[in-house]
This record gives sequence, C-alpha cells and structure tokens, in this order.
Amino acid sequence: MNREKDAVVSRRTIELIVAGTLAIVGIGLAISNWKLGASWAADGPQPGYFPFMLSVMLTLASLYGIFDALRERHGARGDAAFVERAQLVRVLQVLVPTVLFCLGTEFLGIYVAGFLLITGFMRWIGTSRWITAIAVALVLMASLFWCFEIQFQVPMPKGPIEDRLGY
Amino acid sequence: MDGTAIESLLHGFVVLLTLKNILLMMLGIILGIFVGVLPGLGGPNGVALLLPLTFTMDPTGAIVLLSCIYWGALFGGAITSILFNIPGEAWSVATTFDGYPMAQQGRAGEALTAAFTASFFGALAAVLLITFLAPLVARFALRFGPPEFFAVYFLTFCSFVGMGKEARHKILISMLIGFLLAAVGMDTVGGSLRMTFGFSDLLRGFDFLVAVIGLFGLSEILLTMEEKLAFEGKQAKLDVKVVWRTWKSLPRYWATLLRSAVAGCWLGITPGGAIAASFMGYGLAKRFSRDPDSFGTGRIEGVLAPETAAHAAGTSALLPMLALGIPGSGTAAVLLGGLMIWGLQPGPLLFVEHADFVWGLIASMYLGNIAGLILVLATVPLFAAILRVPFPTIASSVIVLCAIGAYAVHGAVFDIWLMVVFGIIGYVFKKLDYPLAPLALALVLGDRAEDAFRQTMIASRGSLGVFWSNSLVGSITTLALLLLFWPVLSDIVKRLRKPRGGLPTEAASS
Repeated sequence: MNREKDAVVSRRTIELIVAGTLAIVGIGLAISNWKLGASWAADGPQPGYFPFMLSVMLTLASLYGIFDALRERHGARGDAAFVERAQLVRVLQVLVPTVLFCLGTEFLGIYVAGFLLITGFMRWIGTSRWITAIAVALVLMASLFWCFEIQFQVPMPKGPIEDRLGY
Repeated sequence: MDGTAIESLLHGFVVLLTLKNILLMMLGIILGIFVGVLPGLGGPNGVALLLPLTFTMDPTGAIVLLSCIYWGALFGGAITSILFNIPGEAWSVATTFDGYPMAQQGRAGEALTAAFTASFFGALAAVLLITFLAPLVARFALRFGPPEFFAVYFLTFCSFVGMGKEARHKILISMLIGFLLAAVGMDTVGGSLRMTFGFSDLLRGFDFLVAVIGLFGLSEILLTMEEKLAFEGKQAKLDVKVVWRTWKSLPRYWATLLRSAVAGCWLGITPGGAIAASFMGYGLAKRFSRDPDSFGTGRIEGVLAPETAAHAAGTSALLPMLALGIPGSGTAAVLLGGLMIWGLQPGPLLFVEHADFVWGLIASMYLGNIAGLILVLATVPLFAAILRVPFPTIASSVIVLCAIGAYAVHGAVFDIWLMVVFGIIGYVFKKLDYPLAPLALALVLGDRAEDAFRQTMIASRGSLGVFWSNSLVGSITTLALLLLFWPVLSDIVKRLRKPRGGLPTEAASS
C-alpha cells in the first residue's frame, strides 16, 4: 500500500549478486595469476603463488556464500528488504551529487567543485536559504584552501579559477 | 619491577612538554571530539583524513596530533549516545542503552560525567599496561626473524576469523579482498607486475588510506542518509556540582570499572577491538549485577562499563602496533600507516632506534587523556550544538573532506574515484554484515605478511617445516591454527559433552 516502504530489492538478491560477483572476480584473478607463474619454485613461491591461492579461496568462500544465502534458515531475513524505495532515493541523493562532484574536480579543481557541492546540497537536499548555503560553503572552502595550500603546502587539484588568481 | 620504563617515560615527558606539542595535543583532542560527535566521521577515517597534513611535520608532533584525535574521538562518541541516542561511533552503541534513558530522566550531566570519567579510567589502565608491557614485548620480539613475524601475522589473521562475531565466510571474504588488493601492483620481492590488467593507475597498488576513507567515511554518510536521522537531543548542562557529585559516587562501582578495564585491555591487544569490548563490558556488568533487569532503564553502571571497556580497548590496541608492528584496531592500522609514511618502521626495533618517539607517544597518552577529560567536560554544550546543524550541511562537508583526504595521499584524482567506489562497497558490505576491519587490516599487513613468508621460504628452501623449527615459532603457529579452528573445535567439544543433545545449537554466526 505504502509505496515508500516498498522493497526495491531483497536482501537475498543482493547477497547472491555480491557473492556471485566475488566468485567471478576470484576466478578472473586466479587465471591472471596462474599466467604469471603460481607454482612453487625451488626457492619458495613464485610471484603469482600467493594471489593465486587467495583468489581460489575467495572463489570458494563466495560459492559458500551463495549456498548460505539460499539456505532455508535465512528465509525471513533473506526476504527482508535490502533497501526500501524511499531509502534508495535518499542514498542516491548523496551518491549522484558525489559523482558529479568528482567529475567537477577533474575540470574545475576541488575547491570550486566542493563549493558547488556544499551550496547545492544545502539548498536542494537540505532546506537552507541561498545566502546561508553560499556563506557556509565559501567559508569552509576558503579555510580548507588556506589550510592545505598556504599553511601545510599540500597541493590539491586546482582549476582555471585558481589559475587566474595566480595559484 | 622495571625501573627503566619509568625513566624512559620521564624522558618521554621531557620530549613532549614543548609549547608546540601541547598546542597540537589540544588541537588534536578538539578535532577528535568533533570527529567522534559527527556521524559519518569516526576514529579510523578521522585520523586518515588528517594524516596528509602531518607529512611535513616532525614525527613526534605528528603522532601526538593524530593519537589525540583518536582519544578525542573515543570521548566524543559518548556525547551523541547519551544526548541524542545516536551512537557517534560503533563503540558507543552500548552506551546508549542506559545513557539515553538517564538523559531522558534529566540526569544527562551525571551520565556524561560518568562516561567521560570511565573512559579516562579505561584509558589510564591501558596506558599503564603499555608503559610496562610494551618494552618487554618489544625486547622479546627483537629475537624474531621472518618466520616468527609471519607466524605472528598469521596469528592475527586467524584470531580475526576464529573469534569474529560475523559469519565466518564473510570475515574470510573481507580479509581475502584486503589481501588481494594489497597484492595489486609491483611485487615487492620479485618486481613483477601483478593484477594491474594494463591500467597504469593500478601500478601503485591500492592505498589503504584511500580504502579506509571510502569504506568507513563515505559509506557511513550513505547509511546515515538512508536512515534519515532526526537529531532530537536532550539539553546538555554540566555544572561543577553535578560533576563533583558523580565523581564522589564512582568509587562504589570499582568492581565494574576494574572488570571492564581488564576485558577492554584484553580485547584491545588481541584484535577484538573497542566495539566488541564495549558490548562485553556492558554484558559483564549486567551479569554480575544483583539487579540485571534494571539495566536499560538508566543505570549508571550501564554507562560506566561500556565506556571503560571501549577506551581501554582503543588504547591498548596501540600496544601490539608499537611493539610488534601489528595494529589491534582500524585506527591503530591507520596510525601504523602514518609511521611508515614518516619513515619509521613499526616493530620492536622502534624502541631501540626511535626511543624518543616511542616514549614521547606513550607520555602523550597520559597527558592526552587528562587533557581530554578536562576539555570534553568543558566543551559538551558546544559539541551538542554542532549536532543541531542540519545533516545535509554536515554530509556535503564530510564528502568534500573525504575527497581531499583521498587525493592528498598520492596526489592523484584517480584515488578520489577509487574512494567513491570503496564507499559504495562499504555501504553494501555493512548492510550485508560483512565486517570491514579485516579488510583494512589485511590491506595494511598483506604485503608485509607475504614478504615475511617469502623471505622465510627463501631461507628454508621452500620447506614449511620452518614454522615448527623452534619452540617459539612453533607455539605461535600452533596457537594460530587453534584459534582459526576454534569454532569447529568448540563445536566438537560441545557435542562430546552432551552426546544426545538433539540438534546441534546454531552458533550466533548468522
């Protein structure tokens, strides 16, 4: 009835996806390391030996994970929601801006991208007024700039605006 | 018993007592409380975020700053638990059980004072232990060669799998992922490239700081957003009279404090960590109480016990890190990473080659906790006010901080993307009850464990018998295997005891 509470996906499905992915990754890594040389030479293991064994163990443990997720005794817990619709929306509300922020960092530098992220987030996800959002973001990013670039001289990715200002 | 420890400690105080170090200490504690109060920032990633700032500092100042952040975070977690019923840190979950009811009854001041004092007591017990035990362990460990070191690493990993509370296969998977990530990139013994699949960004391998910031920091923001936390806190008023009255009542609970301190120290040294310790402390207090049913309704012991244990565990986790180079907790792992960045090789030789540094650090544990207790009592209202800042403001600022922290490690934008990926992995793993600490631990220790193993194999010409070649390494290896198979062994013992017990009891492994 209440669509907000609808399960987007069950816990069991995600358990299976995670374990399945890990099993496939395990197999892929095992093959890669086998090619590198995973046997036991006269002076001990070859470079691929350890990662090979680890990949094999990862595959086996993940296969057990698949078996475990399908077992009866997890029934009720497995059917429970991994994430409800409203929850997923809220998670995406953070995740999508974060990805945009990373993209922005590539082109605008971290300070400008950070300023945009904080302002936008406070205005649209939160309920702050424009003036508050801009003021908070400006003060925060300026103090970070002062702290990293000037005080501790740890350079951050910068974009065209800092370029103009001579940094 | 050992006069040299006290002498070295006094020397440590001399090293420490410069104006700059004292200021760094205060700064660290304030930042730490801040980190502990904010949901989404915690001990491990708080320290990881500030690590880049210390690259240009001298190691003593740097470790004082970072370890004080850790003490501050341990103190800070209690504030949100008691006033807002929201644990700022996983290790303060148990504090909410009785802390919040106390605050609801208008006894917030009493609960806070009890929590901070208990934390202080727990830390003090652990620091005393470190002062006298760590040099002995280090001296003993000077005899260690590669086989012994590998055996100790092996012991750490096995105790995680054998003693963990989560499903075994999930602990194992988490640890294996950590090992595999550690192995990516240049092979440290032979120099060949492993698992880079032609990506030049992977040549460096995965840095554990980037992983920690994503796994513990960003994922926490995602989870907090999902839960849609509403901060509705109780008022925080702390006047001197309440503090004094609470202090006067504390000696009555000496047994609870002592029990929790011992349990905490034990779990801190063996990698059980502060989280397990806080629950164990609470459980012990309840079991030994004459009136166990009243727990959860606002009993002061219910605050004292978990806080003492968590702080004792958090502090004593530094003992194996200093003496053996093996971190007992996530935060200790990050500090260990810091030591390596400053060019200090953690392990027994640290006590010989960098005595100033080690004893300065131990001295800072004493002073840091005293300063922490005073500062936290004085600043509670301020930090409680921070939680009234709307969460979107906090969340977006923390994301920016995480990105800056991830970038600063190697100066690579690629690492910011990696941090986001780790954040998503951390979110999914936490929801599915995969533990994250084994992943971080394996990522830090993976290379060193492999090096130790391969050096051993080169020396022994590929014979595994070397791990039982003398009584020392043999007993460590055997103990490790015992711990690894402990769940299986205890099952067998249980079944032998009651042969007709019907169905075997399902352990709390699911």
